[in-house]
Amino acid sequence: MRPLKIVVLAKQVPDTRHVGPDAMKPDGTVNRGKLATVFNPDDLHALELALNIKDRVPGTTITVLTMGPQKAADIIREGYYRGADYGVMISDRRFGGADTLATSYTLVKGINKLAPYDLILGGRQAIDGDTAQVGPQCADKLNIPQVTYVEEIIEINENEIIARRRLDKGIEIVSSPYPCLITVHGSSQACRSRKAKKVMQYKYARTKTELRTADDLILSLHEKRAYLTIPEWSVEDIGADLEKIGLSGSPTKVKSVESIVFTANESKILSDSDADIEMMIKELIEHHTIG
Amino acid sequence: MKSVMVYCEVENQKVADISLELLSAGKRLAQKLGCPLDAMIFGSGLNGIESQIAPFGVDRLFIGNSMRLEPYRTLPHAALATKILKEEDPQIVLFGATSVGRDLAPRLASKLNCGLTADCTILDIGDHFEKKEKIEYKDLLYAIRPAFGGSIMANIINWDMHPQMATVREGVMKKEIFDENYSTEVVEIDVNSILKEEDFVVKIIERHIKKSGVNLKDAPIIVSGGYGVGSKENFEYLIELAKLLGGEVGGSRAAVDAGFIDHDRQIGQTGTTVRPKLYIAAGISGAIQHTAGMQDASMIISINNDPDAPINKLADYVIHGDVGVVVPKMIKYYKENAK
Repeated sequence: MRPLKIVVLAKQVPDTRHVGPDAMKPDGTVNRGKLATVFNPDDLHALELALNIKDRVPGTTITVLTMGPQKAADIIREGYYRGADYGVMISDRRFGGADTLATSYTLVKGINKLAPYDLILGGRQAIDGDTAQVGPQCADKLNIPQVTYVEEIIEINENEIIARRRLDKGIEIVSSPYPCLITVHGSSQACRSRKAKKVMQYKYARTKTELRTADDLILSLHEKRAYLTIPEWSVEDIGADLEKIGLSGSPTKVKSVESIVFTANESKILSDSDADIEMMIKELIEHHTIG
Repeated sequence: MKSVMVYCEVENQKVADISLELLSAGKRLAQKLGCPLDAMIFGSGLNGIESQIAPFGVDRLFIGNSMRLEPYRTLPHAALATKILKEEDPQIVLFGATSVGRDLAPRLASKLNCGLTADCTILDIGDHFEKKEKIEYKDLLYAIRPAFGGSIMANIINWDMHPQMATVREGVMKKEIFDENYSTEVVEIDVNSILKEEDFVVKIIERHIKKSGVNLKDAPIIVSGGYGVGSKENFEYLIELAKLLGGEVGGSRAAVDAGFIDHDRQIGQTGTTVRPKLYIAAGISGAIQHTAGMQDASMIISINNDPDAPINKLADYVIHGDVGVVVPKMIKYYKENAK
């Protein structure tokens, strides 16, 4: 069959498994500078699904599209190391503070610049918000069907893609024509690891902004090898409406945040000694909590 | 007209529990606002379905009744809901944070260009003074959810792009009959005039839905493990204890991520919310994402070798020690003392 053109949406996320006290700014938004960042786990699954399709349909190309601060260029490099063909970064201070609606608007502006495409893939959700909203919102704005929570591609042919979806209480196998947007569930195949050859080839890939502070070696490499320069798109490059991006394009606002302070119960503090545990079990049985 | 609207899920003529819970939550909001509670439901064979919905205090029920609407598919449901929401212009719209609601709600939020807050644990009505514009906004939806690794609760509002939409997980809101004899006005939607052939391009080839083997919501006792359990072997002790006590085994997200336990047993904001008689938290530190799903347990026992674990503050009994040491002793002394 004809080769497909796939765009993978990927996000760099703060590692929410290691959150410190200074993780939030007073206005309630995330203080990203204070946190380690990782490739959003579900998006890595999406990348694997794209690579799997590429294995099955020779000639297929994969473009990783990310939106974020300069640091998010790591996502593009990581995509290259694992087998993506192209990478594009949408980066501009004015995109900051976006909720899912403004994010999907921005991503779609970028996707439209990459058109035509057959498949848009993305992780089901990102670990910094767990909303699972950006995928369906992009599908709506692109006016294409969505197939959410996909864990495996069953069949892929000229006219349609057949996929298995993981639902709350079961599975569903559905077919969709092209183009469509697929969100990938964490129960799908984990992403293959980096290829040493690709790491060698792309380790000096940089955005234009990064090149401003790069050394001569990297600059001379970029002169010889144009593929090393990661396209970097601003508000103007994607023709975004300022009213629809960043904070002003975001209907949801954080009114307040509260740190969690548990109201202390009067707890009985016990040790792991036999006497303590037997005492507790006896009390529970006596009060008919157990037994 | 100002109203609260709930999207109801239905399969085989049975309205989903989550939807009834949302109707109760929606009714409480509607009463605070002094406005009607409306609902919409799309499926097959829905004649008489209002009898399941009316007791929750629904004023108007919009029904889309067609073979082609069940099982759920995104595009036809989105087309019908969009039409209703545009015409009725409700102030608030609620969805279950289910496979269906999380697929549909964002598509609608994009279509209507409005705000959507996922996985709320508290819904309320309140005001907001916007300093920049010096405007007081009255009667907004407070969509409150744990955020960011569970270290904070965030109150999310939306004052300028309506409607205000939110999703809520199953089990978070209490299901309450409002009035057994409440009368609901039924509004039949002319499905065929709204839907187009292109709404049906995605086809369901196969579908297998479990009747769900795990029922955490109704378990009187839950033995739950976290990352601190340490290993899959230690988790076996929890399973043994749960069996012995006639309860179910659950786990935190960290335990699920570590592969100690299956995802359908996850307790917390992104899992199941439970209210058991006894909750035993083994090696669970107690991030708000987890405690949001179990804090209403009547009694809580925390087993942890960290004396400062946040969950200890919720616990009735705090046992300082390793799960691998404490739980076998609990098994032993239960066997010795139970009648």
